[in-house]
Amino acid sequence: MKQDIILAGVGGQGILSIAASIGMAAINAGLHLKQAEVHGMSQRGGDVHSDLRISDKEIASDLIPQGKADIIISVEPMESLRYLPMLAPDGWVITNTNPHVNIPNYPDIQDIIKEIRAIPNHIALDANKIANDLGSRRSANIVMLGAASPFINLEYERLEKAIRNIFKTKGEKIIETNLKALKTGCEFAKNYIKK
Amino acid sequence: MKKLLLLGDEAIAQGAIDAGLSGIYAYPGTPSTEIMEYVLKSKEAKEKNIRSGWAANEKTAMEASLGMSYTGKRAMVCMKHVGLNVAADPFINSAITGAIGGLIVVVADDPSMHSSQNEQDSRFYGKFAMIPTLEPANQQEAYDMIHYGFGLSEKFGTPVLVRLSTRLAHSRAGIERKDIREQNEIHLPGDLKQFILLPANARRRYKILLQNQPHFEEESDNSVLNRYFEGSDKSLGIIACGIAYNYLLENHPDRNIPFPVLKLGQYPIPYSKMERLYNECKEILVLEDGYPFVEEIIKSYFGLGKKIKGRLDGTIPRDGELNPNIVEKALGMEIAETRTIPELVANRPPKLCDGCPHIYSYNALNEALAEYTKGRVFSDIGCYTLGALKPYEAINTCVDMGASITMAKGAADAGFTPTIAVIGDSTFTHSGMTGLLDAVNDNSSITVVILDNSTVAMTGGQKSSATDKIEAICEALGVEKDHIIVMDPSPKQHEKNTKIFKKEIEYKGVSVIIPRRECIQTAAKRLKKEKRNL
Repeated sequence: MKQDIILAGVGGQGILSIAASIGMAAINAGLHLKQAEVHGMSQRGGDVHSDLRISDKEIASDLIPQGKADIIISVEPMESLRYLPMLAPDGWVITNTNPHVNIPNYPDIQDIIKEIRAIPNHIALDANKIANDLGSRRSANIVMLGAASPFINLEYERLEKAIRNIFKTKGEKIIETNLKALKTGCEFAKNYIKK
Repeated sequence: MKKLLLLGDEAIAQGAIDAGLSGIYAYPGTPSTEIMEYVLKSKEAKEKNIRSGWAANEKTAMEASLGMSYTGKRAMVCMKHVGLNVAADPFINSAITGAIGGLIVVVADDPSMHSSQNEQDSRFYGKFAMIPTLEPANQQEAYDMIHYGFGLSEKFGTPVLVRLSTRLAHSRAGIERKDIREQNEIHLPGDLKQFILLPANARRRYKILLQNQPHFEEESDNSVLNRYFEGSDKSLGIIACGIAYNYLLENHPDRNIPFPVLKLGQYPIPYSKMERLYNECKEILVLEDGYPFVEEIIKSYFGLGKKIKGRLDGTIPRDGELNPNIVEKALGMEIAETRTIPELVANRPPKLCDGCPHIYSYNALNEALAEYTKGRVFSDIGCYTLGALKPYEAINTCVDMGASITMAKGAADAGFTPTIAVIGDSTFTHSGMTGLLDAVNDNSSITVVILDNSTVAMTGGQKSSATDKIEAICEALGVEKDHIIVMDPSPKQHEKNTKIFKKEIEYKGVSVIIPRRECIQTAAKRLKKEKRNL
């Protein structure tokens, strides 16, 4: 088993907490893991991504080769398109449709959605709206992780356990909210595929 | 034992804690910052009473670590590649004094300049200082290398350079820990003249360094970090340095590389292993992140006309970091076509955060300067360098830590007045103070703007050495008290601030303006913490 995942977003959106959840679940499952992150200047509102690789065998490169990513998980719609050269021919794009507009020349969101829908394997959801409806604006990340969970080669329970662990200092209420966010994202993706 | 999931930087920190480290010194700089941050957060480090904390700059950090090594204790100093330029004087001379307690200098290079102004390759500094240099290929090697490096350092009484690059520094993987070693007791040099680099002593110490060279080469030739892998296809021999080896493996998923491969992790280069590869193979391909360091050596030292492929002959781009695809192409493999980025995708450059105090400093400064011709603002390294971009376009230079003040002075000396220097609080105490002293002594007509957000913001909010000290420092350096002015960089104060800027810019002499407001990122973190502790 080998899975290459690109996490994409904008500096400050917190893609690293998604990475940490998957990473912890993978390590607990006894898998090998490499995860390259972006620190420094780009974190100031620039485009950021993280290459996350999990495998039952030792992993060589910290970077995913072009055209080899199995999944792109993006917390921002335009950012999901930036990494298309990385995507494997049968790979999946799982993206938030809620734009983060911090540049004057941000394209028309409808055009972006059109491009996303042109990708054969995609899941597109407004994770911010779903998180808001759950009463937790800040859980949009975990909604995205939930939407990606059916495609990640890790047992769902392991992701739940990782979330419990990561939010353990924040109290039971925040843990429960995030578990609900995970579940809602997951169910959205499952229904989306059926359609 | 359960594996720890660590960044390359963190693996180095944990390696040092486990290898009997007594003290670590550093100035923040991407991609090296997380080494010190890890030790600062480590409970174990606290229990073991390991000295940690940020230094004013890389030079003071390097010297303090040398002082700790002098006492026989193990010390480590960490910096980004350009930081070694600042610390170059003590670094090169530490090779002459030698080390007593193990001394490791960790330098994180930034090929592709993700967060830097150049992509200099620190292996050249290792060769320049003539000391052993280690380069890990992965996180586990980074961890193990610190144990090994301290051993090497104490065996030969020499500092050891550990060089890594961004990709390894900021990538996580599982680490298995080794046995924990106790810290050294204090034991001073047997010869108390060893560290006095008066010419007579220095000549003697330099001879010792020269005598050590064949030993360093022998260590490299026998090192487990320099491994020769047999290969049946001798049409090509591959040298892969540090993480370049990973990219080579990535292109051979079955791990079956037909060519002989020399995996390099320790310098000086292992001459006999390299000679063997050179003699056995028809062509040589050199894979290395950074400059063509090994490639140049193999071309000149073994230069018997054999084809050497690498960055110099164009097989690999001359600049930028390596990746699996560049190596794939260098191996002559067929590159599969991939999707393209849709045209509508726009660039998203980094920018100052919404509400950042620098925004309001720049708005007022720009307005105050509207009546002058352009090109007067000399700036420096930090978040505020983003003031170069739209919509501010407020600064004209960014060269090295502290250069804002001294370059503004040089331009003023040339008769181009007024000039303005814009520097951050931490950059000021890093390397701006001496330049300000020069300006005061010459009574140069410059206005120095010290943007005080009370943190080292760009690298993630480390403690600034300047906090609560800036006015006192400026006054002590001789800036007139009436021309040291603190302002609140907020939109409400825009008109008032613009007036202050205008007035001080007109002043014929050194004036210092300190726009002071906490970085909004650290303020948010602080408030969150305070809320948690309530």
